Amino acid sequence: MEHLEAFRAEVKEWLEENCPPSMRTGSNVDASTATDEVWGGRNAVYKNPESKLWLDRMGAKGWTMPTVAKEYGGGGLTKEETKILNEELWAIGAKQALLSFGIWMLAPALLEYASEEQKRLHIPRIIKGEIRWCQGYSEPGSGSDLASLSTKAEDMGDHYLVNGQKVWTSYADQADWIFALVRTGPQEPKHSGISFLLIDMATEGVSTKPITLISGKSPFCETFFDNVKVPKENLVGEENAGWTIAKALLQHERNFISNFGLAGAASSGGGNDVITLAKKHFGEEDGKIANGIFRADVTSHKMKEHAFGLTLKRAGDEGGKASAVASMFKYYGTEHNKKRHEMMVAAMGSHGVGWDGDEFDKEEKNLTKAWLRTKGNSIEGGTSEVQLNVISKRVLGLPS
Amino acid sequence: MKLVLNEEQQMLSDSAKDFAANRTPVNHFRSLRDNNDPLNWDKDVWKEMVDLGWAGILIPQEFGGSDFGLAGISVIMQEVGKTLTPSPLFATAVMGASAINTFGTQEQKAEYLPKIAAGNITTAIAIDEESHHAPFNSMAQAELVGDEWVLNGKKKFVVDGASADILIILARTSGIKGDKAGLTLFIVDASHTGVEIIKTDMADCRNYANVVLDNVTISKDALLGDQESGGEAIDKILDEGRIALSAEMLGNSEAAFEMTLNYLKERKQFGVLIGTFQALQHRAAEMFCEIELTKSAVMAAMQGADENNNDLQRMASLAKSIAGETLYLVSNESVQMHGGIGVTDEYDIGFYMKRARVAEVIFGGANFHQERYANLSNF
Repeated sequence: MEHLEAFRAEVKEWLEENCPPSMRTGSNVDASTATDEVWGGRNAVYKNPESKLWLDRMGAKGWTMPTVAKEYGGGGLTKEETKILNEELWAIGAKQALLSFGIWMLAPALLEYASEEQKRLHIPRIIKGEIRWCQGYSEPGSGSDLASLSTKAEDMGDHYLVNGQKVWTSYADQADWIFALVRTGPQEPKHSGISFLLIDMATEGVSTKPITLISGKSPFCETFFDNVKVPKENLVGEENAGWTIAKALLQHERNFISNFGLAGAASSGGGNDVITLAKKHFGEEDGKIANGIFRADVTSHKMKEHAFGLTLKRAGDEGGKASAVASMFKYYGTEHNKKRHEMMVAAMGSHGVGWDGDEFDKEEKNLTKAWLRTKGNSIEGGTSEVQLNVISKRVLGLPS
Repeated sequence: MKLVLNEEQQMLSDSAKDFAANRTPVNHFRSLRDNNDPLNWDKDVWKEMVDLGWAGILIPQEFGGSDFGLAGISVIMQEVGKTLTPSPLFATAVMGASAINTFGTQEQKAEYLPKIAAGNITTAIAIDEESHHAPFNSMAQAELVGDEWVLNGKKKFVVDGASADILIILARTSGIKGDKAGLTLFIVDASHTGVEIIKTDMADCRNYANVVLDNVTISKDALLGDQESGGEAIDKILDEGRIALSAEMLGNSEAAFEMTLNYLKERKQFGVLIGTFQALQHRAAEMFCEIELTKSAVMAAMQGADENNNDLQRMASLAKSIAGETLYLVSNESVQMHGGIGVTDEYDIGFYMKRARVAEVIFGGANFHQERYANLSNF
């Protein structure tokens, strides 16, 4: 305890000296509309120079991944210390220094499956935000049936020759490297012929093309590999044993996506709350939303949200049993987030479906797009139907 | 507040689980029903429950109880709910004990609580007068005539009303229908002159009665709590009851769901187990999610009540509403997934549906509690 108190004091002091004032305005939880977020990478553009300073300082401490060992550039902190660090960051309203698929998805998988050399090479660059990663999983012909993927990597002696196409590669046009699933065993059963490969996007033959979604702009891209030479040392784990890594990484991704619903629920104190919006647009009678039918809908929704939040807390209190039901959180969280946005749009009437021009304020126009973007939540990272399959089989033990 | 059971609560839960599995499987309820048992519960079984200390969970040690709190009694309700065990546990060990312990005078506590803990008396609480739960609509009258109260009126749907020794009655001492103020609680002996008990048979084959009060004349100190404080008091007593009942309803859902999952894993049609059909798998997975949410709502409500958090009303309404909606879904889906045998009397699954709908009505259904939750949340 004494040690932890000393650590807290140390953290406080360090933050006081090192967290720039403009980085203390709270994290922007609504990532779909944030413009000042920091993703790092070779080509990063910093609108605010202090955000670069904040990233560099946090990266140097290893505090963007506080629990990772120091030898890999991490903070080397214990769970208790990390909790203190997070509390102190929250206390001063510190912005997240770095948003990163490397941190959320790749680094945990590398720590588990990569060689010592690979860990020493890649993890410190992820932690410092020097390299920005994207995820090459889905293909035009392989969505829910991911293991049917056909991007091939042929063994050419000292390197692999990669040919094929990935789709839904978020921020591929801004990423430096991609972690990709490729087929190295064309004759093997489909799950047994897949490898996990790290590819530098600057290699000749890699190209990207953005995808426009129903919400307008999007971070998604198509990524093409045309005779791309990839050094053999970029293979993670054994050849043809990539599916295990892929699945482990999907769990990290699902946990991350299910937090969307939660972040939304937690942040709903502001103007983007369905109750505030309903009172504004339907009017109020004695403090109640004036439209009784809509009020009933909101009530049912809010109570489900309350119970879902309690379920996330219970999973935490039970101590990690949650991972067994990550699919439940992914399913429920994303479906709930869709419903939440449907209700906000419905609450606003014609102002909920504005697209452009002066009739609508910025928040209204953003909401229209955010609503449409949520439709992807229950598709990306495994559709709701895939999650229900997982629950049926792995949790309930129903037969195949 | 941690949303997990502490060691004590876990032990109570385990012991109740054993008891329900060994002593009161669903067949116990079935045989009471088949024999048209006049009590609708079994005195020997109740005595065993009392011997396990369950009647005194909400009662302080000085009055012969164990004071394990609402969470303690709720985990027991959940486990006995799994086998539809009928007993005075709810009306006596939850409602009666909570009412007298929270609002009784020292004399009343000393008189009634040891008897409840020892299983010597059972209680029932008489609140509603209409088809929908509406405590503040109570119009049964209590008038002070000289040194005595005179009670007149009619109470409906009194849980365990046909077996209780002691009635706790909500009556109006002033004000008009709908007023929360002007209500007062009374303790009345069920055998008192002027008290008429008319047993009512509900779909779940448990013990219910209408209570008619015809110039029931009782002493001045038969008040429970202060005069005119019944509205406030009843809210708190009801909320504790609602939370315990939600726990029982959660147990109902869990058991019906487990029976259904087992059926999906053994019933074959078209040459395959019906559990291989995605149309059924996805519905089962959705039920699983709703049950998980219900566990959390009930857990938070019961632990919060024991920690005296100031959100008791909203949490009770959350728990009762979510538990009710989940049980509605699970009971309907369970019958449907059992196919033809699901609608036969021979199979147990139909009992869960009948219990589900009656439990839903007790102390307010989902619509009552959604309205209440919204009002308390200021929207």
